[in-house]
Amino acid sequence: MKPGFITGQLQSGSLTIPVISSRWSTRDYLDTLKVRWSIGRMNYRVEPGLYAVGSPDRKSYVFISANYKLSFDHLRRALDEMNAWILVINTKGINVWCAAGKKTFGTNEIIQRITSHRLEQLVDHHRIILPQLGATGVAAHEVKQRTGFSVTYGPVRAKDIKAFVYAGLKATLEMRTVTFPLKERLKLVPVDMFYGGYYLLLVPALFFILSGLSRYGFSVDQAVSMGWKAVVNLFSGYLAGCLLTPALLPWIPFRRFSLKGLCMGLLTSLVLFLSGMLGKNLLEIESWILIISGLSSFMAMNFTGSSTFTSLSGVQKEMKVLFPLQMVLVGSGIVGWIISRFITF
Amino acid sequence: MNGFIYLPDVVTLELDAELCNGCRMCTIVCPHAVFELRNKRASIINKDLCMECGACAMNCPESAIKVKSGVGCASGIINGLLRGTEPACDCGDGANCC
Repeated sequence: MKPGFITGQLQSGSLTIPVISSRWSTRDYLDTLKVRWSIGRMNYRVEPGLYAVGSPDRKSYVFISANYKLSFDHLRRALDEMNAWILVINTKGINVWCAAGKKTFGTNEIIQRITSHRLEQLVDHHRIILPQLGATGVAAHEVKQRTGFSVTYGPVRAKDIKAFVYAGLKATLEMRTVTFPLKERLKLVPVDMFYGGYYLLLVPALFFILSGLSRYGFSVDQAVSMGWKAVVNLFSGYLAGCLLTPALLPWIPFRRFSLKGLCMGLLTSLVLFLSGMLGKNLLEIESWILIISGLSSFMAMNFTGSSTFTSLSGVQKEMKVLFPLQMVLVGSGIVGWIISRFITF
Repeated sequence: MNGFIYLPDVVTLELDAELCNGCRMCTIVCPHAVFELRNKRASIINKDLCMECGACAMNCPESAIKVKSGVGCASGIINGLLRGTEPACDCGDGANCC
């Protein structure tokens, strides 16, 4: 079935090229919302190949995009009211930056696409424009050497493309710099929230059931009356790490994400303690503090993968000490909590 | 980016300015403005801002820049530990990935 964004086709020499819309349809917006919530995210793709925006000719610029549809959508929208070519390369449905890290948005794929789509027959110039974040996977000098096409790196964000083009293919320092404002951080939160997968149901269910245990045996009534608190505590710890920490990221003390998460976990524990959610005996309260802060610390550490400024060496350094600590916190917390079931209420 | 600086003195970025031909590519591709051209040669002005993405080394025609690049991502590192490989996102069929 023809994708909705294709509005026609144009002929350039022997090449027939689909013309695409530079506007998003309601469907595009809805699909974007879905993939932001991790629904169908790994299969949100565009067919690699050449596309036309407006009515491009032999002088028009050629922009390179990944075949993750969200990357492609941002590019075509940024080219609104312009005449340009888009060459979509096959990154296996992964966005530009991540694909560049894996070299699927890479030198060889670009060289191969330039050749197989006969770019030299399409345009008179020998220039392709790449998103700057693609540079991690592409050696511009090698592309030039092997195809004759020179690579110009555009801005980091597609929304700056128009300004970049009008400035004569020049980007300001601001356009070249990656930022991580609140809005961007929150966009990435939902995907991290599903990190736990089916454990998100399994673990709370186990805690719910185990809440019914006491030295008098197992009581369903007690599981029902106490279990919901355990579930709330678990999710609070989880969200302290994967929602609260990312949201407040630059304002929380410490540079290590796990320590930021630990802070938020302790803060969350305090709020839950004051609300009477952590239980009645000291061991149970302590156990919950350990579980909640350990869990929050782990989830916050996980956000390094979404962040735009953490280095591999740095993450390895922080994990060396803090990953085992998180395991100890959560592990001893769980043991303590189970023992606390058998202490008199 | 105040509040967005990661750990100090950990990155593996190295520049051999002697080899630099002043092409500016590193100043263009770096997403954190780590490089600046001084006296027609690249120089590192903000090492702690480096996230080891490797774009500079990849695009340096003189191979004057070295950096051990990789994913600065905890679950990628855990993946690597579990599989006994280098840190890598799990991008197998249908698996979740960045």
